[in-house]
Amino acid sequence: MILASSTTVDLARAQFATTSIYHFLFVPLTLGLGPIVAIFQTMWRRTGDEAWLRLTHFFGTLFLINFAIGVATGLVQEFQFGMNWSVYSKFVGNVFGAPLAIEGLAAFFLESTFLGLWIFGWNRLSPRLHLATLWIAVIGTWLSAYFILVANSFMQDPVGYKIVNGQAVLTSVWALLSSHWAFSAFVHTILAGLTCGAAVVFGVCCWHFARGRNVELFRPAAKVALIVLVPVSCVNLWFGSHFGILVTSLQPVKISAAEAQWEDCQKCAFSLFQIGGFTKSDETPSFSIEVPGLLSYLSTGSFNGKVTGLNELNNQYVAQYGKGNYLPSIEAIYWSMRVMAYAGSFVALVAIIGAFLFWKRRLERLKWFLWIAVASSFLPFLACAAGWCLTEIGRQPWIVQGLLKTGSANSPAVSSTWLAISLGVFISLYAVLLVLDIWLMRRYAGRDPSDQGGASPAPAIGY
Amino acid sequence: MNLQNLWFVLIVVLWSGYFLLEGFDFGVGMLLPFLPRDDEERGAMFESIGPVWDGNEVWLVTAGGATFAAFPAWYATMFSGLYIALLAVLFFLIIRVISFEWRSKSESPAWRKVWLWANAVGSFGASLIWGVGFANLLYGTPINSSGDFDGTFWDLFNWYTVLAGLAVVAIFAFHGATFLTLRTQGDLLARAGRAAKRLSVAAAVLGAGFLISTVVVAVDRNDKNVFPPVLPAAIGIAALVLAAVFVHRRRQIWAFTMTGLGAIAVIVTLFTSLFPRVMVSSTDFGNSLTVSNSASQHYTLAVMTVVALIFIPLVLLYQGWTYHVFRARVGGPGGEPTH
Repeated sequence: MILASSTTVDLARAQFATTSIYHFLFVPLTLGLGPIVAIFQTMWRRTGDEAWLRLTHFFGTLFLINFAIGVATGLVQEFQFGMNWSVYSKFVGNVFGAPLAIEGLAAFFLESTFLGLWIFGWNRLSPRLHLATLWIAVIGTWLSAYFILVANSFMQDPVGYKIVNGQAVLTSVWALLSSHWAFSAFVHTILAGLTCGAAVVFGVCCWHFARGRNVELFRPAAKVALIVLVPVSCVNLWFGSHFGILVTSLQPVKISAAEAQWEDCQKCAFSLFQIGGFTKSDETPSFSIEVPGLLSYLSTGSFNGKVTGLNELNNQYVAQYGKGNYLPSIEAIYWSMRVMAYAGSFVALVAIIGAFLFWKRRLERLKWFLWIAVASSFLPFLACAAGWCLTEIGRQPWIVQGLLKTGSANSPAVSSTWLAISLGVFISLYAVLLVLDIWLMRRYAGRDPSDQGGASPAPAIGY
Repeated sequence: MNLQNLWFVLIVVLWSGYFLLEGFDFGVGMLLPFLPRDDEERGAMFESIGPVWDGNEVWLVTAGGATFAAFPAWYATMFSGLYIALLAVLFFLIIRVISFEWRSKSESPAWRKVWLWANAVGSFGASLIWGVGFANLLYGTPINSSGDFDGTFWDLFNWYTVLAGLAVVAIFAFHGATFLTLRTQGDLLARAGRAAKRLSVAAAVLGAGFLISTVVVAVDRNDKNVFPPVLPAAIGIAALVLAAVFVHRRRQIWAFTMTGLGAIAVIVTLFTSLFPRVMVSSTDFGNSLTVSNSASQHYTLAVMTVVALIFIPLVLLYQGWTYHVFRARVGGPGGEPTH
């Protein structure tokens, strides 16, 4: 069965979206939980208090359960460019391949090797060296994120290249590595990762508080989680909105699409919620709640700023690149942006209230709030997924902004039948793994940390 | 040597590192259902590669990334052409990677059995497909004039590629067994020694058959002379035969060195037979991808060379140190260093 090539592209996109969003449930947890576990172990080294060691083992186990899936699903991402997007791979390989290869050599080797040393090194390395292995692994995960985001940034804001014989060719590796976009995306991603990690630690602590278990042990963990979570979640709201100004200057369609702003405007309002208004034939929403001037502020940094509407932007693209539709799915972008922003804001609010209650020593007894905190630990992951939808769907129809369109970048050798098979395999396998992961996480997050002989510096993991 | 050829050599180095290191991880995985008698021994086998498997697998990630960066057209055609094969590799690698962390997370015998088999099946399947996949680069696949794969999944199977798959499975299983003779003790050690003896014959026969065939295929289908491919092939055959001899004489370190050399010889023989091509076209020899028509521009290769020259030695240094830290034999009482 050979279907039209548009179906092939759609299937390839569906597979990339599925596997990336799934991969990025585990990545931010690795980025954020790693350093928190390292802080626990550092506190144990500093104070000699066994409680910190128990916390290190307890949250270290949660970290490793997810790290395994992150590694396994990361391989899929690297292979997938060549498997499904061979035209893209040939077009950008000169530029895009470099950060991927550097990631392997400079970051992934570091993180994998030193994490192995940490897991099994409890009795074989000196305590100081053993602690250092975890911090080195954490640095590896952060470096990894940087190089991957450098690669992704080239798709959003290509820099440091020229086009030779129909291929993008690298002209300056420094321009690529120091791209303003990559730097902003890195800070935004690390802050999001720390939010995920701290929210999970805080959520697990609150779960134990709500059930009245191990309250004394989890109190210091909750304190560390809040010290990370409050500033990080708040700063990321500010940083994310600030990032919007850069996006507006480089990918104006993304921002106007996120507001479903069809016509040019000045002192533009931001709609908190709207019904309708997402298509060319229905530009005016039938209902909306608006904040005056906020869109102008978010996209230009001034409440008085001018925002170019989608109709005008499309005309500009038609004049520059020829006939066609240069707008992504407006409704998907609009809601992705809001899910991200609302989930992020709610987490920041929970963090601030939680910190206040903790400071007043009332946190452990307020059951209703504890359950809200437990539920909120899932929200940063939702925000991450929505954020990537905004970033990647908002770039369409381009696969590399202004240079190559998604519709002509897939692999000619790969039929829709093959794609249907692989999409089916990934969806079924990933679904099974997610169910098992949630089961394992629930089991290990709900465990009593003193059950597992955590007081002696035994290996965190026994086979 | 120009940078394109240097990068061809570096790709060979990365794949060799992968076959040498993950080769024994796969071998240990394949032996998991057969060697241990109880759960403690199963745990010991997992622990023998526990601290290092992840670092070993990064050789694959890096080989993939380096191929993408240095030879984009090769990466694109190979990964899209071997689509279903690589999908299977990913499936096998995913269930295997997860088994390492998840097996010990429940006391349930059924749970542990599932993840043990996930590791074993994943190791076997991935080894088999790597063999079939690499052999296809040399034997030739339908590649059209625009450099794209233009065939079906079944085009990947013929006598030579299937032989390659079986040879890689046998060599990795043997390599895993000699690795276990260095890392285990007691009964498990004795059984690993016996397994190595049995596997030595299969590995030497299949390995020799594959390496000789590779030279024949190189001459027949890739316009090569017998020399130089015959050189790594001969070294590989000698290594596998010597490994068999050393296993019978209980020279464990030497046996492991020789199986490692055998695993590397698979990659080196194949790539020596390929050069200067990287993928042979069975449709029209002129459509074959070569080092020069698939390579990146000079600047990218120069940048990547600097990065590789800094980081590959560093990686070797700290990975080597890891093996030193975990040199103690696993299983049994004590677990003190024995050499």
